[in-house]
Amino acid sequence: MIPDELRNFPEASQLEEQDPSVLAGGQFDRGELTLEVSRAKLEAACRWFRGRGYNLLSSITATDLHPIEPRFRVVYHLYAIAEHKPLRLAVRVGGADPRLESMIPVWPAANWYERELFDLFGIRFDGHPNLKRIMLPDDWEGHPLRKDYPTEGIR
Amino acid sequence: MASVSTPPPGAKTMVLNMGPQHPSTHGVLRLVLELDGETVVRCEPHIGYLHTGIEKTAEAKGWWQAITLTDRIDYLCPLTNNLCYVLAVEKLLGLEPPPRAQWLRVLLNELTRLNSHLVWLGTHAMDLGAFTVLLYAFREREDILNMFETVSGQRMMTSYFRVGGLALEPPLDFFGRVRKFISYFPSKIDDYEALLTKNRIWIGRTKGVGYISADDGIALGLTGPCLRAVGVDWDLRKTNPYSSYDKFDFKVPVRTEGDVYARYLVRMDEMRESTKIIAQALEGMPEGPVNADAPHIVLPERERMKTEMEALIYHFKIVTEGFRVPPGEVYQAVESPRGQSAYYVVSDGTTHPFRMYVRAPSFANLQALPKMVEGRLIADVVAVVGSIDIVLGEVDR
Repeated sequence: MIPDELRNFPEASQLEEQDPSVLAGGQFDRGELTLEVSRAKLEAACRWFRGRGYNLLSSITATDLHPIEPRFRVVYHLYAIAEHKPLRLAVRVGGADPRLESMIPVWPAANWYERELFDLFGIRFDGHPNLKRIMLPDDWEGHPLRKDYPTEGIR
Repeated sequence: MASVSTPPPGAKTMVLNMGPQHPSTHGVLRLVLELDGETVVRCEPHIGYLHTGIEKTAEAKGWWQAITLTDRIDYLCPLTNNLCYVLAVEKLLGLEPPPRAQWLRVLLNELTRLNSHLVWLGTHAMDLGAFTVLLYAFREREDILNMFETVSGQRMMTSYFRVGGLALEPPLDFFGRVRKFISYFPSKIDDYEALLTKNRIWIGRTKGVGYISADDGIALGLTGPCLRAVGVDWDLRKTNPYSSYDKFDFKVPVRTEGDVYARYLVRMDEMRESTKIIAQALEGMPEGPVNADAPHIVLPERERMKTEMEALIYHFKIVTEGFRVPPGEVYQAVESPRGQSAYYVVSDGTTHPFRMYVRAPSFANLQALPKMVEGRLIADVVAVVGSIDIVLGEVDR
């Protein structure tokens, strides 16, 4: 279900018409459109937007909302180069076993971004061919961008 | 990072470790190359040697303290990162800086682009054996760094932009120096081109090398001059203008060949266009204040603090406690010399960023490197790494 204020955005309303279970919400704030995607339909949503001309995956990143559950909010920043339009997809992942499908088949650029999320947040991506740490050494313990990882002092 | 995959016994290939101390890797990039003779079969970039946790550090800083971190992400275009961050925070606040600040930001950003492209040109040419260009390019870069020092007191880590405007009005002799610089700089670009553009060795090393198609480039997240060199006319200054870029008249250089030589030509043309933007900025520079009228966000002028009680109170409040930013999230993108640079900033309504993510163009562009070099000669790797213009500080953050 999307809020009524998003009905006049064709991306949101057409996807809603096709499969009402994909979008879990969304908002238009400060000139930026965010669509909340339900966890189970992430790949379907990504394929839909890729087919709608959102050909550049600008970045994938996450926010840790610890101690709120589901703990992680993973955001995909897309860009339709022909129409100069940005879009943000957001999906929530629980902290117990944070897992998402890899989006490499949709946008090959997802490869390093997903490794970065695995490294710094500890989110696993199913189907990723080379899911290992990218920034930190292989034997590093913990995931520094989690909110329960201290900025300084002893871990 | 210890794992180097070795080819199976009896294979005809060998594994070569290029970097992280190789002079042509522009810092600490490590490439694991699988070679068949001199041909690259597989290329795997290993990064992270410069990871400093800037995103984590920012979460512990106040909104205005984090500006100093953004310089250190990319040491060749500190002002572009300053701009991107302050635009993101201003978007969260709903604050618009006055026209003079916006124009000065454009002027300084184009100087930054020249600075960055000059370092790229010098080091890229030196990698391919043309040493003279480096000396020429660094001579002009020195003038730009001196101008940065004039305005901000720092040559590289400028931190000159503030949320709501600029740190200070630039000193009086700054505009004269910029005017003098742009009067002679176009002839210097001609000098560089005279050394390279028709140079047979340069053409031999760069033409047809490192090709990537537009579709592959976009799929791998390639942006900036590398993407414009393969025919995609996409420049955020034109398509999604910020900081008054829509008031400037300039062209976006585009080539279609998609090789190292085309990227070189695109960047050379960009330098000429940047010079035009700087000239327009000097010509039409609006008068007025350089900071928005937002006393709870912008630090008061020093002189006012000596006579006005309110100014002193605001100064104390901002410095000790910081300012609050309404909750929300923004993704602000700007066209950096290397491509789409973007900051994803999340606020939870407190005095420090809840999350600051940096979309570094070098990070995405480097991901496209294997596609450009696999199947080519090992000597081409040097040319291609130079042409995508990576800054490892930005890749690793």
